[in-house]
Amino acid sequence: MEIFDILVSASFWAAVLRIASPLIFATMGELICERAGVLNLGIEGIMVFGAFAGWMAVYAGLGLWPGVLVAFASGALFGLAHATLTVPFGLSQHVVGLGVTLLATSSAYYAYRLALPEVTSPPRIEPFQPLDIPVLSDIPFLGEALFSQTALTYLAFATVLIVALVLYRTPLGLALRAAGENPSAVEAQGLSVTAIRMGAVMVGSGMMAVGGAFLTMSAFSSFFFEMVNGRGWICIALVVFGAWMPGKALLGALLFAGFDALQIRMQQTPLGADIPYQVFLMVPYVLSILALVAMSRRAEVPAALMVPYNRGER
Amino acid sequence: MRLEPVAAPGLARTLGLPALAIAATVVVASALAMLAGANPFATLGLIVKGAAGSKFAALETLNRATPLIFTGLAVAVAFRAKLWNIGAEAQLYAGALMTVLIGTQMGLPGPVAIPAMAIAAVLAGALVLLGPVLLKVRLGVDEVVTTLLFNFIMLLFISMLLEGPLKDPMGMGWPKSEAIPRDARLPRIVDGLRLHWGFGLALISAVVVWVIQVKTTLGYEIRAVGQNPQAARFAGIPVGRVMVKTALLSGGLAALAGFSEVAGLKGNLTLDLSPGFGYTGIVVAMLALLHPLGVVVSALFVAGIFVGADSMSRAAEVPTYIADISVATALLFMVLAILLTRFRVVRG
Repeated sequence: MEIFDILVSASFWAAVLRIASPLIFATMGELICERAGVLNLGIEGIMVFGAFAGWMAVYAGLGLWPGVLVAFASGALFGLAHATLTVPFGLSQHVVGLGVTLLATSSAYYAYRLALPEVTSPPRIEPFQPLDIPVLSDIPFLGEALFSQTALTYLAFATVLIVALVLYRTPLGLALRAAGENPSAVEAQGLSVTAIRMGAVMVGSGMMAVGGAFLTMSAFSSFFFEMVNGRGWICIALVVFGAWMPGKALLGALLFAGFDALQIRMQQTPLGADIPYQVFLMVPYVLSILALVAMSRRAEVPAALMVPYNRGER
Repeated sequence: MRLEPVAAPGLARTLGLPALAIAATVVVASALAMLAGANPFATLGLIVKGAAGSKFAALETLNRATPLIFTGLAVAVAFRAKLWNIGAEAQLYAGALMTVLIGTQMGLPGPVAIPAMAIAAVLAGALVLLGPVLLKVRLGVDEVVTTLLFNFIMLLFISMLLEGPLKDPMGMGWPKSEAIPRDARLPRIVDGLRLHWGFGLALISAVVVWVIQVKTTLGYEIRAVGQNPQAARFAGIPVGRVMVKTALLSGGLAALAGFSEVAGLKGNLTLDLSPGFGYTGIVVAMLALLHPLGVVVSALFVAGIFVGADSMSRAAEVPTYIADISVATALLFMVLAILLTRFRVVRG
């Protein structure tokens, strides 16, 4: 009964889109990397750094959209470090990715302590405000549920469309997918696998950082340690769940956000009050594992994922 | 650019490049200190002094290295078989939980309680890793993500217990467990010095793992599976079973970190028992090139950086996170340096 009441409230669906937004950015970022053949385990740390960088830029007076750009650029920079080590040098993507996560996370914390040595609680910024889309936001129920979001949420959905169009409708997308499936064919076309993969990892990492920045610039308006809290790892599971396809990954992110929004609301019901809150907080992680198990038999992994490409070597 | 194997790498290459990686890390750390407005030489001096400048400092480093040896060994054993166990943090907490359960609930006398706690911890840690590994072996589910996610689930589970059934009634509302009795704690190695037998157990474990790797069939099978699973299967090695055995060993080792922290140092279980020992274990193992005895050396090195940075930041205005950045940088430079000992970069 309570579940029904929750599901018919517009604020629930608005929350689903809000919770999904950072996941969508980061999942699309990871998806680009993996379609080009590179597993990017730097995602968790890059999201932390993006959350910090965007927030700090706004705090320093740069404005919201320049803040998003700063976050993207910072992510791309960590992406460059990751790509340099994993693509031309072909080092273990597991080890480098975890190293980048450690490096990006600790860099964000170090910079935070340097920038704000005296504070006990982090300062707040003026975040993105909900943007009512004319006409559409006046539709009863749907308007409040879908069309009263912040600009970053709309951008998240636009990103899925752009990623899908580029991947499936442009020569660049074809080359990128080929780099992850059959790199020697790309090289035979006179294109550089190294350049494509490095570019993909940089752009993808930038998107992960924007996903992190959503947390500080649209959701919480402040930077906290451990605020990303495993979202990056969840996004890696979402890429698998979405079978490396943007549309399905979006669906996964929404489904996931739906369960997350539901568990938050269930905590406040009389039934939820009897269950330790930690059980509810476990839900996202357990769901991610279940999603991986469900897709394990069917997932079509890019053939050259995690296979370094060294020219002239067969 | 292209990579070309170096036929016979000279001594300058095999030793010089890793030394260069450490030097580059020192340069990065100095730059970070300068960013904080501190004198880099003074900062580095304070770190070294804080890690090894006195008997107290050195013992602190040995104590901090103890859990890192265990988690480093856990990672080294698993990575050798290309089993990506990123869940040492969860296995550590599973071990700590069993240690506290046996130590506070059973009322066993000390000499019985200590081995019972250790064995229960090892079993619990092994069990925690068994789940993801069975999913990998049976269903092909990637263990990187599942072991990572288990870290978060385990921490929430511990939090639930510490605020519920395991909560210390005398804990002034803090989420912590009761302490295990004095006689069930690990004794000090030398009377009066703050170094417990957990460190001794860590050293013994490193030797045991090394013997397993070089002297037993399992060690051979783990290496074979890690190098080429298809070839190993073709050679008649039961790859799945080897993976499971590796997992039990790895999870058990990580759990001993939790056992030793609780029984040797803290006495009770809290949510900040481990400041990421499980994750740092990955760096420790990689810096040691996955060699069990090397793990001891690299754990001491990494622990020294953390202990030294803690002590330094009390004196200078440089945040302690300089240690985390340095360790991550050392890892990335070192894997690159190791690669370049075997390959040279050629144009074209």
